[in-house]
Amino acid sequence: MSGPLLDIQNLHVAFSTRAGMVEAVRGIDLQLAPGGTLAVVGESGSGKSVTAYAVTQLLDRAARIPKGRILFRGEDITRADPARMKALRGAAISMVFQSPRTALNPIRSIGLQVMDAIAAHENLPKAVLRARALELLEAVRIRDADKRFDAYPAELSGGMCQRVMIAMAIACNPSLLIADEPTTGLDVTTQKTVMDLIAGLTAERGMALILITHDLGLAASYCRDVMVMQQGRVVEAAPAVDIFRHPSHPYTRRLVAASPTPTSTVDELVGETPSVARAPFAVPREARVLLDASSIVKRFDSTLAVEDVSLTLKAGESLGLVGESGSGKSTLSRIVCRLADADGGRLLFDGVDIGAIPLRTFHESPWRREIQIVFQDPHESLNPRFTAFECIARPVRRLAKLTDGAQVKRRVEEVAERCGLSPDLLSRFPHQLSGGQKARIGIARAVAVEPRLLVLDEPTAALDVSVQAVVLKLLDDLRRDEGLAFLFVSHDLNVVRMMCERTIVMRHGRIVEEGESHALFRNPQAAYTRELLGAIPHFEPVQAATA
Amino acid sequence: MSALLNIGRRVGKHLLASLPALFGVVLFTFLLMRVLPGDPAAFFASGPNAGQAEMAQIRETMGLDRPIPEQFVRYVGDLARGNLGQSMTTGQPVIADLAERMPASLELTLFALVLALALALPLGILAALRPNSLLDHGVRFVCTLGVCVPTFVTGLLLIYVFYYLLGLAPDPTGRVDIFAAPPPGITGFLLIDFLLVGDLAGWKAAFGQLILPACTMALFVLAPLARMTRASLLSVLGSDFIRTARSVGMSDWRVVVVYALRNALLPVLTIIGIVFSTMLGANVLVEKVFSWPGIGSYALDALLASDYAPVQGFVLLIAVIFVMVNLIIDVLYGIVDPRISLQ
Repeated sequence: MSGPLLDIQNLHVAFSTRAGMVEAVRGIDLQLAPGGTLAVVGESGSGKSVTAYAVTQLLDRAARIPKGRILFRGEDITRADPARMKALRGAAISMVFQSPRTALNPIRSIGLQVMDAIAAHENLPKAVLRARALELLEAVRIRDADKRFDAYPAELSGGMCQRVMIAMAIACNPSLLIADEPTTGLDVTTQKTVMDLIAGLTAERGMALILITHDLGLAASYCRDVMVMQQGRVVEAAPAVDIFRHPSHPYTRRLVAASPTPTSTVDELVGETPSVARAPFAVPREARVLLDASSIVKRFDSTLAVEDVSLTLKAGESLGLVGESGSGKSTLSRIVCRLADADGGRLLFDGVDIGAIPLRTFHESPWRREIQIVFQDPHESLNPRFTAFECIARPVRRLAKLTDGAQVKRRVEEVAERCGLSPDLLSRFPHQLSGGQKARIGIARAVAVEPRLLVLDEPTAALDVSVQAVVLKLLDDLRRDEGLAFLFVSHDLNVVRMMCERTIVMRHGRIVEEGESHALFRNPQAAYTRELLGAIPHFEPVQAATA
Repeated sequence: MSALLNIGRRVGKHLLASLPALFGVVLFTFLLMRVLPGDPAAFFASGPNAGQAEMAQIRETMGLDRPIPEQFVRYVGDLARGNLGQSMTTGQPVIADLAERMPASLELTLFALVLALALALPLGILAALRPNSLLDHGVRFVCTLGVCVPTFVTGLLLIYVFYYLLGLAPDPTGRVDIFAAPPPGITGFLLIDFLLVGDLAGWKAAFGQLILPACTMALFVLAPLARMTRASLLSVLGSDFIRTARSVGMSDWRVVVVYALRNALLPVLTIIGIVFSTMLGANVLVEKVFSWPGIGSYALDALLASDYAPVQGFVLLIAVIFVMVNLIIDVLYGIVDPRISLQ
C-alpha cells in the first residue's frame, strides 16, 4: 500500500461555548504509515484527545471542524456522512478509551458486548459470533474466557475490563487503533500488561497504533514516533529516541525535565539547579518518634484490608507508602489520620493513644490540628460553594481557634502566599481555578493550622506532570522549612523516592518491604518490589535505545 | 438457579424490612380511631336515646373499657384473622366491601398506567433524542399541562368534550351500562372477564366506560414518567459506554435501544412504582367524577359519614399495596441490573 494510512492536514477543531467559539485544535499535521506507531503526548487541554475524536467523528455536538482535512487511506473523511463513518468505525478505525470500567455497558455481559462489536460489521449466525467472541477474549488473555463470558463488567477488575475493551476494538481487524490514555487509573503492573498486550496485538495483526498519553515514559517505551502537543498545536514531532535525547522545543524540554525518573530530584523537576546543591534532607538522629502505629488491623466484612501493620515516623521525617490498588495503603492512611477506626492495634501520636479517642469526637480533640490531610482529588475535596479564602479560613477558625477576623485574614493570606497562591485568587470559587491552584489550596488548608504530621493521599495523581513538579517542590520546601512529618501515599515510585527518606511497600494489606528509600530502590529485596520497579515505563535515552 | 435463590433472598429481606413500616401503619390506623372525635360506642348504640347502661354494655363488648395496649393487641389479633370491622353505611364487613370494589380500582389504575407508559416512554425517548427541538418543547408543554390541571378538571373537561359535545363516550357513570348485564365475576377485571366469556359487545361497552377516567389519570402521571425517561436517557446517551458502542460502528438503533434505553429504564422503573402507588391512592377524585365503584370513592363516602372502619381498612390496604409494589419493583430491578444482585 502506498501513501500514509492516516494523513491529517492543518486540522482545526472548535467548540461553540457560551463564551463563543473556542479553538481546541489549531492547525495540526500528522502522518501515519500502515503499521506505524505514533504517540501523541500532551497535558490536559493540549487537544490530543480532541484530535482523535475528530478522526472517528465521535466529537460532541458542540464541536466543529472549520478548517483542515483528514485523509484515511486517501479518502477524505473530514465530513464523511454518518453511514460511511459507521462502516469505518470498528472495521477500519477503532478506539480504546480511558477508564475501562465506565467504557463498558454495565448491564450487558462482556461476551455479548464483544459479540455486538463483531455483529456491527459482519452478519453471522449467533453460534459463530459466540465462537469468534470467545476467541477474541482468549486473544486478549482473559483467563477462563468461557467462564467469564457471561460476567458483567462490575465483576471484573479495571485491567480485565480494558482487555474486553481491546477485544471489542480489534474484533473486526481494523487497520488503525487509537488508544486514548488506555492505562490511566490502572496500577503500574496492570499498565504494563495492558500496554504489552496492545503493542503485541497491533504488531501481530499489522495494525497502526496511535497512543494518546500524558506519560512520556509510556510514549517512549511503546511508540517509534512521538508528537508533542501544547494548546492545540504540535510543538515537536520526531522519532522517540531523538525527542528524549535532544528535545529541541522548550516545552518538550520542560516536559522531559518534569517527568520523574529513577535519578531525578525535586529541584530538577522544576528545572532549577540550585547554585549550591542542597544537601539531602536528613532527620536529626535525636528526633523523637511522632507516630507509632503497631499491629494495625482493619477488616471490611470478612476480608482483611490491613493485616498486622506496624510503622513509626519521627518528627520531621517523610515516610512513603507505596502499593497497588487494594494493597491497603489508603485504608492505613485513613486510620492514621483518624478518619477510620482500626479493628485492632495501637496508634500513638507523640506518646498519646489517639486510637482511643472516639472517631466522632476526634475533631474536637487537640490532636486534630496536629494531623492534617491532603486529599487525592483537588477538585472533589473542596466545597464548591466556598471561596478559596473560606476553604482555608474554616480550619483556621475551628482548629486553630482564631476568632478575630483580621487575624484569620492575616493567617490565610500568609499561608496562601507560602503555597504560591496570589491574593487575588482567594476570592474565587474552586471551579474558577486550575487543577494546580486547587491542589495548592488543599495544601494551604492543611498547613494553615500548623500541623506536625501531614498525611498526603496521592496528592498529585490527578495533576499534569509539569503541575505535579511544582506541587512536589512546594511540598518539599514546606517540609524543610516547617519541619513537618509526611506520610506520603502514592502509587508512583519515582515520586516517593524523591519525597521520602524511608519507604514502605505494601501488598494485600501487609508490608512487603521497608527501608531507606535510596537503598530500597537501588537494591530491592522483595520480588514484588522488583516487579513494581520493573513495570515503570522509562525514557532514559540509554534504555530507550536498547529497547 | 443461584439467580432464583438470590431473588428469593431479596424478597425475604425486603418483606422483613417492610414489617416495621406496616406495623407503623397499623398503629397509626388504630390511634386514628381513638383520636378522631366521637365515641364509637355512640355510633353502635340502638338510638340517640340509648342510656348510659347500654353504652357501657357496648363499650364492654367492643373492649373499649380495657386499657389502650390491650385494645391494640385485640385490634392486631382481629387484623390477623382478617377482621377489619363492620361498615355502618353498607352494613357489611369492611373486608368484603373492599374485596368487591378492589378490582374496579385496580383495573382503572393499571389500565391508566399502561396508557400513561405507552404515551410517556415514546414521548420521553423522542424528546431525549432531539433535545431542545420543537418536539421536545411540545412534550414539555403537554406534560406541564397534565400536572397543573387537577384531575377532576381534566375529567370534567373530557366528559364535556367527548360525552356532551361529541357524544363519542358513553354516560360517565360506573363501569358498565346500568342496563347491560355484568359478566360473571371471574377475575373482577371487566375487560378480562368479558373476553373470557367471549362477549365482545360487552367488552366494547366496558372499554368505553373505562377510557375517559383512564385518560384522566394517565394525563396526570404523564409528566413524571415522560420527564424521567427523557432525563435518564439523555444522561445515559452521554455516558462512556455509548461512545464505546458507537466507536465500534454499531447501528444507531442498537445503540439507542439495547445500550442506552435498557440502562435508562432503570430509574424509570423506580418512578413507575411510586407513580402506581400514588395513582391508587389519588384516584379518589377520578372515581367520584366518573361514579366509579372503586375503593377510593368507598373510603371517601365512609369518611364523610364518620364511618371509620372502612377508612382504616382503606389506609391499611393502600399501605400493603405500596409495600407489594415496591417489592415487585425491587425484584424487577434485581433482574434487570446485575450490579444489584452482586452486592
